Amino acid sequence: MQELIHSLTVAPFMEMGQYPDFLIQVVWEGFVAGILYALIALGFVLIYKASGVFNFAQGIMVVFSALVLIGLHEAGMPAWIALIATIGVMGILAMGIERFVLRKLVNQHDAILLMATIGLTLVLKGAGQLFFGGETKSMISDELGFSSGAYDWEVFDGLVIFQHIDIAAAVIAVLMVIALSLFFSKTRIGRALRAVADDHQAALSVGISLNQIWAIVWFASGIVALVTGIMWGARSDVSFALEIIALKALAVLILGGFTSIAGAIVGGLLVGIGEKLFEVYWGPIFGGGVEAWFAYVLALIFLLFRPQGLFGERIIERV
Amino acid sequence: MFYREAGQYKTSYAADQALLPLAQDRYGIAIVLFTAFVLIPFFGTSFFLVSIMIPFLIYSLAAVGLNILTGYAGQLSLGTGAFMGVGAYACYKLTTYFPDVNIIVHILLSGVFSALVGVVFGLPSLRIKGLYLAITTLAAQFFLEWCFLRIRWLYNYNDSGAIEVPNRDWFGITVTGAEASPVARYFLILTVVAVMTLIAANVLRGRIGRGWMMIRDMDIAAELMGIRPLRAKLSAFAFSSYYCGVAGALMVFCWLGSAEVESFDINHSFLILFMVIIGGMGSLTGCFLGAAFIHVLPVVMRAVPSMLGWDILASTVEHITQIVIGLLIIFFLIVEPHGFARLWQVAKEKLRTWPFPYAT
Repeated sequence: MQELIHSLTVAPFMEMGQYPDFLIQVVWEGFVAGILYALIALGFVLIYKASGVFNFAQGIMVVFSALVLIGLHEAGMPAWIALIATIGVMGILAMGIERFVLRKLVNQHDAILLMATIGLTLVLKGAGQLFFGGETKSMISDELGFSSGAYDWEVFDGLVIFQHIDIAAAVIAVLMVIALSLFFSKTRIGRALRAVADDHQAALSVGISLNQIWAIVWFASGIVALVTGIMWGARSDVSFALEIIALKALAVLILGGFTSIAGAIVGGLLVGIGEKLFEVYWGPIFGGGVEAWFAYVLALIFLLFRPQGLFGERIIERV
Repeated sequence: MFYREAGQYKTSYAADQALLPLAQDRYGIAIVLFTAFVLIPFFGTSFFLVSIMIPFLIYSLAAVGLNILTGYAGQLSLGTGAFMGVGAYACYKLTTYFPDVNIIVHILLSGVFSALVGVVFGLPSLRIKGLYLAITTLAAQFFLEWCFLRIRWLYNYNDSGAIEVPNRDWFGITVTGAEASPVARYFLILTVVAVMTLIAANVLRGRIGRGWMMIRDMDIAAELMGIRPLRAKLSAFAFSSYYCGVAGALMVFCWLGSAEVESFDINHSFLILFMVIIGGMGSLTGCFLGAAFIHVLPVVMRAVPSMLGWDILASTVEHITQIVIGLLIIFFLIVEPHGFARLWQVAKEKLRTWPFPYAT
């Protein structure tokens, strides 16, 4: 018993202190994974804010967009043109979803909308496998201009390795968040988006087209999905297994709150770093593989104390 | 004309409270039961029994379980697969430790373990609801999957990580394992499903079930009217998980014969959820219709290309099936959010007034 307590509370920290370079490496890996979780969560938040739809299909949109990009490149398009064409495909997808799914489901219950996006997940999954094959593919990161090298940083008598692609992912994520927040606060469409998020009816009454806004928002989160897909695909590979990992973004959302972009980022980083540390230092005690559920259990415990998330709006209920 | 209640007088309280007050309903159920218990085992081929009827009944039971929780008590759950897994592993461990006890007892007892796990993961439902709750049930799904994989005790430390079903007898007839005949397994499952559905129907129209529906429709109002949310929500989780657990035990013991973690993964949870959605939330008939549809559709779609002589890869058919199911879900949500059950109700209404639809 004493041994167990020791291995739970003392040994991990001693190990951290002994090999600080390894600790930094683990935190960095967690940080990058966290950024990717945050990006997926960001896609969720965008759609949830503007239309109140909990988009379960965000994970599969990441896979789908990456597959389209690779598929178009394999069909002979240069990488950059394929990228632009993929953005076009995501735009068409967004308009299609708005026109044929969302518009028909206006005023339905939350759960119905959620299930519609689960149906959408099946359609995209089937279509992706049908057109591009079910096997694992590697991302065309070289063609898109990402270098595959790494920086070595010598510190504490050890070596910490930063992959170029990881650094690029972090930088692009930051740029994208800045661009999105500028878009939300400075542009006409962005302000219309916030108005819709705030109050559908009031927005309608000042002449904002809900249908247009929804299409734009789905397009925006489609682009976020594409960026996530490129980054994730460059780090590992593009496969449908990614969809299951993308579900972790739901846990991130709980930590951050459904409506907060900052929350999505912070929640993503918390989950990413937390699960890597837990896996490396505490995982062996439980027999490994704890990454699969850490995020959810963290979210569950968190919910018991703060149901609205870190940055979410307080939930007030009236009868 | 065919479905008129005219002339059927209720002369006692018992008749007024009957589960099926209409004679037509009673005849209908009698015909369905006769078909299920006599015609199908007598005329059905073993292929029909094993690959259509047995899975259909098991999925129906699981769908009834999920429908109790989601359709009647309003708590969205994405962890059905894992709760089925708890039932399966519990049954396996029980039959390992007590091989002499009747397998039926084990199957029914295994649901109790599933119910306990369900209550534990249902605890957050007291503070959170809706989509947030759906995510905590995802926690149950992934945590339990991890347990099935990592806790080697659950599969008796064998190397494959799978549970193999032993042959077990019931009154001298082998009902589980590889040697059991399809008819014996079919009868076992059919009996369990029929009895448990009957119990569910009665619980749902009683005090407990009405409490769940009040919680679903508006929890604060229900609380003010004297329904205890704690008791109502947790009992819904327990009931639902019990059904799912029994369905899981049946699935492994009477259908698959062996199972590993993949048999209870999240796709399974979604599959059952689709059955409930397409069948109709808050309807027991809907569970059976939905399960039949979702299970039979892929079987039919696999058979169609070979019948027409087309040369299509099996994987292609699978993907197209996936797309079709996805589109159908969206279509149903748009056209009829209440699923097949509602269509059935509309049909009954039409039958009632046919052939004079204006003379009600």
